[in-house]
Amino acid sequence: MSEIRLQKLDDYRWLIPPTGGMRVPGLIFSSEKMMEEAGKDESPRQVANVACLPGILRYSFAMPDMHWGYGFPIGGVAAFDLKDGVISPGGVGYDINCGCRLVATKLRFEEIRERLQDLVVALFRNIPSGVGSTGPLKLSTEEEKDVLRYGARWAVKAGFGTEADLETTEDGGRIGGADPERVSKRALERGREQLGTLGSGNHFLEVEVVEEVFDEEAAAAFGLEVGQVAVLIHSGSRGLGYQVCDDYLALLVKGIPSLGFPLPDRQLACAYLDSQEGRDYFAAMACAANYAWANRQMLMHWTREAFEKVLHKSPVELGMRLVYDVCHNIAKFEEFPLEGGDVKVCVHRKGATRSFPPGHPAVPAVYRRHGQPVLIPGDMGVGSYVLAGTEKAFRETFGSTCHGAGRVLSRAQAVKASRGRSIPKEMKERGVIVMAAGKGTLSEEIPEAYKNLDEVVNVVHEAGLSRKVARLRAVGCIKG
Amino acid sequence: MKPYCLIDHTADLGLEVFGKTGEELFANAASAVCELMLDIENPEPTAVREISVEGTDREDLLVNFLREVLFLFNGEKMVPTSFIIEELDDRHLRGKVRVAAYDPARHRVKREVKAVTYHGTEVVETPTGWRARVIFDV
Repeated sequence: MSEIRLQKLDDYRWLIPPTGGMRVPGLIFSSEKMMEEAGKDESPRQVANVACLPGILRYSFAMPDMHWGYGFPIGGVAAFDLKDGVISPGGVGYDINCGCRLVATKLRFEEIRERLQDLVVALFRNIPSGVGSTGPLKLSTEEEKDVLRYGARWAVKAGFGTEADLETTEDGGRIGGADPERVSKRALERGREQLGTLGSGNHFLEVEVVEEVFDEEAAAAFGLEVGQVAVLIHSGSRGLGYQVCDDYLALLVKGIPSLGFPLPDRQLACAYLDSQEGRDYFAAMACAANYAWANRQMLMHWTREAFEKVLHKSPVELGMRLVYDVCHNIAKFEEFPLEGGDVKVCVHRKGATRSFPPGHPAVPAVYRRHGQPVLIPGDMGVGSYVLAGTEKAFRETFGSTCHGAGRVLSRAQAVKASRGRSIPKEMKERGVIVMAAGKGTLSEEIPEAYKNLDEVVNVVHEAGLSRKVARLRAVGCIKG
Repeated sequence: MKPYCLIDHTADLGLEVFGKTGEELFANAASAVCELMLDIENPEPTAVREISVEGTDREDLLVNFLREVLFLFNGEKMVPTSFIIEELDDRHLRGKVRVAAYDPARHRVKREVKAVTYHGTEVVETPTGWRARVIFDV
């Protein structure tokens, strides 16, 4: 039980006043109902722990999908000063650049209704998924290093997609500063075989239909309208990312005594941004982030192929266009208006999404009037939201918003709750065709294991951290 | 009775492991992780691997040891079938692992265990034996 004191500021914000080693207050975005639950686990304590790290700016934030992680809470956002601040592998997570991409089509749901089963089967066959699955590519170490350097650009050059896809990917599908020489042999080994695989656990690929539009103009700019078919892909950097995180955690844990301040949790092990270890971790993390973008780019390419094959339509007829790709486990250097002007900081988003405002140069020109598209996946079979970034998020939360529904049941509780039930059958009754590589995954990922997506999104909308644009419902889902 | 139980942790998976001695505790922890990942019906080990790990204290040692165990499967595609801890103190561990080459036809993968975390790790000696807690990212 957490003994952290929470002070309600308004309907959507709770403050943790600084006590003990906290250098800044904690600020949690949530609702009365969700706080009843969240207050019970260790996540508020974790928000407070992050506030103890040196160089943290303004607040240690948590988004409404906050839940108990390790080190940082999931749903945590923290920005650090480049001179005195730190970078923490635990503040990014094991699945570096876990994220989502939304692919719109020209198809109406009526056109695929009869072929949906075939489509889901084809996607399941075309896209390697499940624990330890391997991709069809046989890369040499040198080729793999190019993937790490160039990310989605590498994938496009290798024939997986088009230049246009890069324009609507966060950071163009590649962040600078990636140095493959900072990535261990173990990580390279794990990454080599897994490029182009979905993974397992909460990763999925979903066929969705736009169900409701909240902001007509923004939806039109994003190319979304009611009744249209789209595909949402949720995946990350696979074993390569896990290994990069693990390698640097092991290294940085050894350095804890020399940091010069008490660390409340070893999982928060970190390095000063202005240190060799800090620079090395960033260079390796950037490699994993780029790998994840190449991975999602390839998964999208095979999705396009599956649609062409099953529906016997040409790429032009299908018009499968990348709406946007966001990452929700990352540390990045970005500029924000702070007291005294624009300042470049290092923002950690662990289970949080960038939410950049209208007019920001990082937002693709075609969307710039409306803000950056923000993709929020729900739990299995629920669908997702498309939101738009806001000025308020930019000024208050270092341009960050929520990332998903957030778990409420542990995996063990979920398995218990699903005993004796046929999850695929239940999903079918809800109008969703589900195929999964691992049987266990479905029981652990049942819908009631997650917070209500509408409620999470409602908080970020009302609190002004992003604006609702459209809601999509799921009709087909493949899980690892 | 199994020498371990699951701890409820919202996002991930926690283990509480027991052993009469430190050596048994570490071996049980490794077996428990393998059981979480894999269904091994007929273990037919084909090789023995030496394992040697260091740590700054017992907790760090346990995390580092489990890291190696995870890498055997995640990195080397080896299925560990049994563990013998030959030497153990607060900072060093040396032992042997019997392994079989991973064969999808014989070994069913139950779930992916991404990593072992430091969060809330605990290794304690009690009057009745040894106990450890550790949380995995799954």
